[in-house]
Amino acid sequence: MTRALRWVAAVAVLVGCRSSDAPLVLHGAGATLPHPLYVRWSAAYAEKHPGVRVNYQAVGSGAGVRQIEDGVVDFGATDEPMTKEQVARIEGDVVQVPTTASAVAIAYNLEGGDEQPLHVTGELIADVFRGKVTRWDDARLRAENPGRVLPDAAILVVHRADGSGTSATLTAYLARVSDGFRDDVGSGASPAFPVGVAARGNEGVASFVRSTPNAFGYVELAHARAAGVARAAVKNRRGAFVVPDIDGIARAAEAAGDEVEPRPSLVDADADGAYPITALSCVVVPRATKDRARGAALAGFLWWGVHDGQALAKDLGYAPLPPKLVARAEVAIRRLTAGGTPALEASR
Amino acid sequence: MTTRVSSVPRTVAPAGLRSRLPGVLVVLTAALVLAALVLVTAAVASLFVPAAAAIAPRLVGDGVWNPAHGRVSALPFVYGTLVTSVLALGFAVPGGLGVALFLTDLGPVALRRPVETTIQVLAAIPSVVYGLWGAHALAPVIRELAPVASVLFGGPSWLAEPTTGFGYLTTGLVLALMVIPTIASVAREVLLAIPGSLREGALALGATRSEAVRHVVLPHARSGLVAAVMLGFARAASESIAVAMVIGSRPEIGRSLLSPGYSIASVIANEFAHAQTALHEGALAALGMVLLTITLVVNAGARVLARGRMPGLVSRRRG
Repeated sequence: MTRALRWVAAVAVLVGCRSSDAPLVLHGAGATLPHPLYVRWSAAYAEKHPGVRVNYQAVGSGAGVRQIEDGVVDFGATDEPMTKEQVARIEGDVVQVPTTASAVAIAYNLEGGDEQPLHVTGELIADVFRGKVTRWDDARLRAENPGRVLPDAAILVVHRADGSGTSATLTAYLARVSDGFRDDVGSGASPAFPVGVAARGNEGVASFVRSTPNAFGYVELAHARAAGVARAAVKNRRGAFVVPDIDGIARAAEAAGDEVEPRPSLVDADADGAYPITALSCVVVPRATKDRARGAALAGFLWWGVHDGQALAKDLGYAPLPPKLVARAEVAIRRLTAGGTPALEASR
Repeated sequence: MTTRVSSVPRTVAPAGLRSRLPGVLVVLTAALVLAALVLVTAAVASLFVPAAAAIAPRLVGDGVWNPAHGRVSALPFVYGTLVTSVLALGFAVPGGLGVALFLTDLGPVALRRPVETTIQVLAAIPSVVYGLWGAHALAPVIRELAPVASVLFGGPSWLAEPTTGFGYLTTGLVLALMVIPTIASVAREVLLAIPGSLREGALALGATRSEAVRHVVLPHARSGLVAAVMLGFARAASESIAVAMVIGSRPEIGRSLLSPGYSIASVIANEFAHAQTALHEGALAALGMVLLTITLVVNAGARVLARGRMPGLVSRRRG
């Protein structure tokens, strides 16, 4: 009897220690696009708030949404707007908080490709990815690149093999600018491209493009930069050829409409200098959290991220959110509840 | 003295229990392994069952994989798995058995130790590293050699085709390198287990070293060597990450060995994490069961073949 009591006491002490001393760990999973940023946020936030740790796993947008559906993480992250069916599968309501914006670069490997970026239009990209334009010296490619010598060679198309928000962003754009692409391939995280080979992850596609002459693929901007692959300038809605960089992303983000629910799309933005294949990365959280402490900590972290955290974005190649999107994020975070009360208030 | 004597029966009884304990533990462990197999199969089946009615008729199908549109043919993946595994064994069986014979019978004694260490190091390299090597070093070589193959074998054929370097052949070569240490180390153990007296007998009868190997050692090791090769096949067929990095991930039956394709294990690795419909998830689970069936059938077939003509080492020992 006394022995049993001693055990109970020991367990109670252990539990007590855990709740008072050990940091609260928030688990997140999802998109690879914002991974470097979330890791930086996690480290910076831990310095200010030692009681909270954020553990983020870059498993891909699709997997992130799935883990939120299964309820195994505190937050998911995705670059791809959630479908109605996905939202319906999550118990209660779901809140999508915009956190950062980045671009999908059209990466290619041509001799002398770095001196002046290749010029492409949305229709051309769509026709390459659906197998209508198959050679580098195609008349339409030559027309957009006067004065550039294009090789008499096949275009080696490479795309993603795993489900990816990068694919979702690209195909959302291509389906918007090309009816043929919308009918043949459609949009989504794992589109069935009729041509080319597939590689795993942004790293896989980038390394394929870098090591294969005449390759043509798409890679998230930060990964494309890290791999040092050439990036094409894409014609935007205003008719200008824009290379993917922070400025082009920021212009696209500023042009984001506030009418689209549940979240704005940044592709094919109608603004001067906007890069057309731009993705808005979001964190997805079930609206109601039962555990008051967890819900409050998460709301506090997200609030910090969309404000103070934005200052860390530029160094890593992400565009800081424009005020309009920060306001949207604030509205979203205020909707979160923890243990029945507003989570943000509980975090303060 | 007397107390000691009287205490003997008391200590014997627990000692009896204690001596039975390892036996009980071993049985439990064996039961655990069996339970693991059953549970894994049940878990995979439970993913497949909800959409089984929709998947089963389409699994053979027309060779098209597009789960978003309800097309879930397994053919491209079964073909890719078999072609790459057979290619891998084509290179790795001579390679692995050669290395094993080098280590046990034919190699200069001074070199055996370093070769053995090298093989152990190869076995310890993570498969993702093999994949990186395949994608960065081997694929460009295959790509550059493809035009040469076209000249040698004439035009586009099953041996020659313009290629990106990612495809069945590259995958087969990467898998061969991964499988050689497996085959070599198991085959070496099998060969070492053959009594030295048999070898000495053959040599005493006037056989050369290589004749002794061919007529005495290899026939005796037969079933053990088949087991080594089967282990290699299972490893090649079930490799996912390294294959995903070099096969090109194209869900089609490629026309030539240089075409990109896909394998069962690599499509599961690539797509399972984001499969969001019951059909997609179920089809991947069904592919998993197909892979399990392939390895079981090949394994059983090989065992029958091995026992067929000449009883090998293992069965002889048992008898």
